[in-house]
Amino acid sequence: MIEIRFHGRGGQGAVIASKILADAAAREDKDVQAFPFFGVERRGAPVTAFTKIDVKPIRNKAQIYEPDYVVVLDVSLLKLVDVAKGLKDGGWALLNTHKKPEDFRDQIKKGKLATVDATNIAIENRLGSKTSPIVNTAILGALVKISNVVSIDTLVESVLEKSPVKKEENAKAAKEAYEKTLILED
Amino acid sequence: MRLTLTGNQANAWGVKLSRVQVVAAYPITPQTTIVEELAEFAANGQLDTQYIKVESEHSAMAACIAAENTGVRTYTASSSHGIALMHEMLHWAVGARLPIVMGAVNRAIGPPWNIWADHTDTISQRDTGWMQFYVESNQEVLDTIIQAYKVAESRDVLLPAMAIEDAFILSHTVERVEIPDQELVDEFLPPYNPPDYLNVDDPKGFGSLVMPDWYMEFRYIIARAQEAARKRIREVTKEYAEIFGRDYHGLVEEYRTEDADVVMVGAGTMVSTARDVIDKLRSEGHKIGLLKIRVFRPFPYEEFQDIAKRVDVIGVMDRSFTFGYGGAMFSEVKGAIYNTDARPKIKNYLIGIGGRDVTPKMLEDTFRNALRVKDHGLDREMMWVDLKGGE
Repeated sequence: MIEIRFHGRGGQGAVIASKILADAAAREDKDVQAFPFFGVERRGAPVTAFTKIDVKPIRNKAQIYEPDYVVVLDVSLLKLVDVAKGLKDGGWALLNTHKKPEDFRDQIKKGKLATVDATNIAIENRLGSKTSPIVNTAILGALVKISNVVSIDTLVESVLEKSPVKKEENAKAAKEAYEKTLILED
Repeated sequence: MRLTLTGNQANAWGVKLSRVQVVAAYPITPQTTIVEELAEFAANGQLDTQYIKVESEHSAMAACIAAENTGVRTYTASSSHGIALMHEMLHWAVGARLPIVMGAVNRAIGPPWNIWADHTDTISQRDTGWMQFYVESNQEVLDTIIQAYKVAESRDVLLPAMAIEDAFILSHTVERVEIPDQELVDEFLPPYNPPDYLNVDDPKGFGSLVMPDWYMEFRYIIARAQEAARKRIREVTKEYAEIFGRDYHGLVEEYRTEDADVVMVGAGTMVSTARDVIDKLRSEGHKIGLLKIRVFRPFPYEEFQDIAKRVDVIGVMDRSFTFGYGGAMFSEVKGAIYNTDARPKIKNYLIGIGGRDVTPKMLEDTFRNALRVKDHGLDREMMWVDLKGGE
């Protein structure tokens, strides 16, 4: 089973991202689960969401404590949340930032690191506003780049179907992020 | 057709496929997205239903009761305090013999406020006479709605039913769900055809006074209807499996109970996670199995009398606590077995209350505790699992 944990802030689309990824994996005939941790959500508050993907039926209904991937939609969360908590050996942390992965090595000490400037990609594609861009579809493109949990084509199919508005722009953001992901192995 | 749906969307799909004619509902977290989805189905013409907005859950059930009395199929959904507010009307639906189906999304009762999974809201409606189906996946949510109408509307049953899903763990979680063909559902579940209904051409009285010389007989007839439901649930589940290929095994499902010394009992989503844990312990050589309570009302007492003959220990996991003694499922399991010769040790585990995440680790610790009861005897009757500060 592949387990992915999303950390975002209310309004960035972390919950929708977890569901779009599950939809894409289901299209490739995997079994899936996607769910948010429902706390006291409001715009700007920390949000956690989960996606599980497996070739076998998924029976475990618990939250994810040992993710293969953590996806951070807002790096300001690094000060508030231990995003790498429980990250599996050889796991990945993917961060939305204009900086390089190596700039975060002292903050996230284990696993592989990747970064993508999803904020800029979202703004360029007019997703959300300049002050609160919706970065979820862009960061999914980067996640697919580092993980191959689904193909980029399948992801784009799901983005086109599941995005409530600006379908083409969301699909373009996912594809751009896929190309612009920066990777630091171990 | 296969979709990725939340439990609440799957619930609404079950309602749509059942061609429900009246929906009356009042919003409450975590149920709300069911009736939002239904409102959308009604608004865009996908479901030909009369959608009644009401000012409370009590009124929602009253509206379903009135509508069902005219001979149409009705539905409502609720959770927690909403179900509690319905309580008076829940009794009425049973006494009036109206086969209403409710989607109940289990949520804790406050204070302190808590919107997460906990079975207290439905367990505390045990004595109303509603049938109760507890489910473990989004697919089972959809399938159970359809089955519930079929059982409820049987002429020898005519009792309402709750299809019960855990808050968030199903209600807001996306899973893959197979959508049955409408034509097959229509064949399985024909239109509601009540023996009596409000009809101006054939006037009858409903809900009138009954003196003490006959009230008891009315209650006896309801008791008999619950007994009939027991048989109908087994038949309907089997028929559903034959047509749609998914078998829910009647009132309970046994998992790896062959030659088991210890069997763990639970309801709702914890059962799904428990299957993985049973597999792990089996691979270590422990003779442990699982029994899922799918239907809590009518209570599957025959199934428990049967399993009691085959095992040494029964561990009953309750996701609610009935103050003053123990978990309701624990008490019922014990009660069902007492008048047989079987004497397994029975221990109650209070687990996952108020949405505490039921993890594989937590279940494994619990199951190992039950295995210790087999080797060392019953240390105590009840245990609060993962309780901070200890008991």
